[in-house]
Amino acid sequence: MEKEHKHNLIPYGTYFLVWLSLISLTVLTVSVAGVDFGRIALFLALTIAAIKSTLVINYFMHIKFDQPIFKFFLAVALATLATIFILTSTDVFFR
Amino acid sequence: MSNETNSATQLSYLDYKPKKGIWAWLLTTDHKRIGLLYLIGMMIFFWVAVGIGFVMKLEMLTPDQTVVDAQTYNSLFTLHGLIMIFLFIIPGLPAVFGNFFLPIQIGAHDVAFPRLNLLSWYLYIIGGLFALVSLHLQGGPIDTGWTFYVPYSIRTTTNVILPLLGAFILGFSSILTGLNFVTTVHRLRAPGMTFFRLPLFVWALYATAWIQVVATPIVGITILLVVIERVLHIGIFDPALGGDPLLFQHLFWIYSHPAVYIMILPAMGVVSEIIPTFARRTIFGYKVIAFSSLAIALIGYFVWAHHMFTSGMSETARFVFSLLTFLVAVPSGVKVFNWVATLYKGSIELRAPLIYILMFIFLFSIGGLTGLVLGSLATNVHVTDTYFVVAHFHYVMFGGTAIVFFAAMHYWFPKMFGKMYNEKIAIWATPFIFIGFNMLYFTMFILGYQGMPRRYWSYLPEYQELHIISTIGSWILIFGLVIMFSNLIFGLIKGRRADSNPWGGVTLEWQIPSPPPHENFEKIPVIDHGPYDFERFKNENKNEIDRS
Repeated sequence: MEKEHKHNLIPYGTYFLVWLSLISLTVLTVSVAGVDFGRIALFLALTIAAIKSTLVINYFMHIKFDQPIFKFFLAVALATLATIFILTSTDVFFR
Repeated sequence: MSNETNSATQLSYLDYKPKKGIWAWLLTTDHKRIGLLYLIGMMIFFWVAVGIGFVMKLEMLTPDQTVVDAQTYNSLFTLHGLIMIFLFIIPGLPAVFGNFFLPIQIGAHDVAFPRLNLLSWYLYIIGGLFALVSLHLQGGPIDTGWTFYVPYSIRTTTNVILPLLGAFILGFSSILTGLNFVTTVHRLRAPGMTFFRLPLFVWALYATAWIQVVATPIVGITILLVVIERVLHIGIFDPALGGDPLLFQHLFWIYSHPAVYIMILPAMGVVSEIIPTFARRTIFGYKVIAFSSLAIALIGYFVWAHHMFTSGMSETARFVFSLLTFLVAVPSGVKVFNWVATLYKGSIELRAPLIYILMFIFLFSIGGLTGLVLGSLATNVHVTDTYFVVAHFHYVMFGGTAIVFFAAMHYWFPKMFGKMYNEKIAIWATPFIFIGFNMLYFTMFILGYQGMPRRYWSYLPEYQELHIISTIGSWILIFGLVIMFSNLIFGLIKGRRADSNPWGGVTLEWQIPSPPPHENFEKIPVIDHGPYDFERFKNENKNEIDRS
């Protein structure tokens, strides 16, 4: 119950700032796509996407303010995703 | 209100009808009724797919056309796979027996989200209808195989989009069920029901639920990408447009290999329930079995590309995935050894459910060991895309999951319906199933080893002898299945009343009446012992007899 109150205490200004950051990062993604960064283009796009999802997960999905068990679940899912990326790269980068 | 509460705690879930007629089923939020709704749907789909399999085997009697033409055969093996996998084995044990027994085994009144549970069933039916409707539309039934491999699935003129969307919707049903089970296990365990007091079926369902939640979205997005590719020709997978067909295979198997564990893990959980009950002793290595479920779920994520050894993947990836594949054999082996160790020196009572389980151990072991032949790079190249793979898959999925599904039906039947089937007939069906199964599928190992490719409508005459044995095996198997199912249906209609604990089980479902009351427990139980404490159960019974 106490935690629910805490959720409501996040000021609307914070939500607005996060939203603004997401829009800015989207603009950045589109702009970066127009420049030829060669092999690091993929890395750049993924980094921006990772920052955006971190903001969404922490603020809009409230993980930052939730119990540790949810953070653990998220960490397991992210670790699985990372492992899947690494394993796929053993094919893509070694063909 | 108090009258309603009383009837909910005392009346059986079959007698408690807050709504009239068919609505008592279609609008129910009772986990037990929803489990039965799944059972009805699944049995219909199962027999349709068995019928398709029967026609396929009939076609294989002669090297050329026997009963259907080549295009029809392509559609038949696609539909057989689609129905059996997406509509029977994947939802299978969790949707029917998980729904029915998970809340009872942890001492809860229902799952965490009962309405979401009903929605999952509706999504399951809608997904199935999408696949069925596609058969009757212009273009004809899908002929891609259940794996929807590109670029063929992008180019074929048959109806691909509708069954793909059906699989997409079924995926949602699976995710929601998984979400419900994870939440239920975390939030609704009875007081004292710690994680290490959970029955092993619950552990298996819990591990499965995580796979459902984390892996299924990947196939969802992959399916959507194929639809987009077909409609908009973007060039994601189609090599003619600059796409990468191997990307599809990676994405498909990143889900579909863990999905194999969605199919088999709950079955392993059921085995861990039935063996202690009929060996009258606690399971050997409880914690190891529990953790091996999690280990299988985890390692199962990282072996997907062993389905792609001959599809042009890099040598590095082939080496890595072959190595990882062998790791899965370790927790699987742990389980098999622990089950056998539980039987060792137990007071074994050879009843119908246990006979099905023994059949499972034999067939699954063959399936598992031949999996190592396929996981090994050198031998895989020789037998890939042959009948060897078909045989291996059926030994694991049919000999594994489906046989355990039958075992679960026999084990929990008296609890679910409060009636008993004829056990002699149930036991009589088993040799037909066992002999038919091995004639049908073991011949496929030999055929595959000799080079008979899978999914072929015609074949060289030298393969005919084994094909005939295989087809006759399919008739014997279906005969056994008909006996088994008829016996259960007859038991449902005319069976004698079953008491609350006909097998002497010690988990919570055996401590409540048969069939269970609408709310399962009058009072939520307090748990102070492990799930398979037969000594304690024996002492309690002895004390009760002494008192009376």
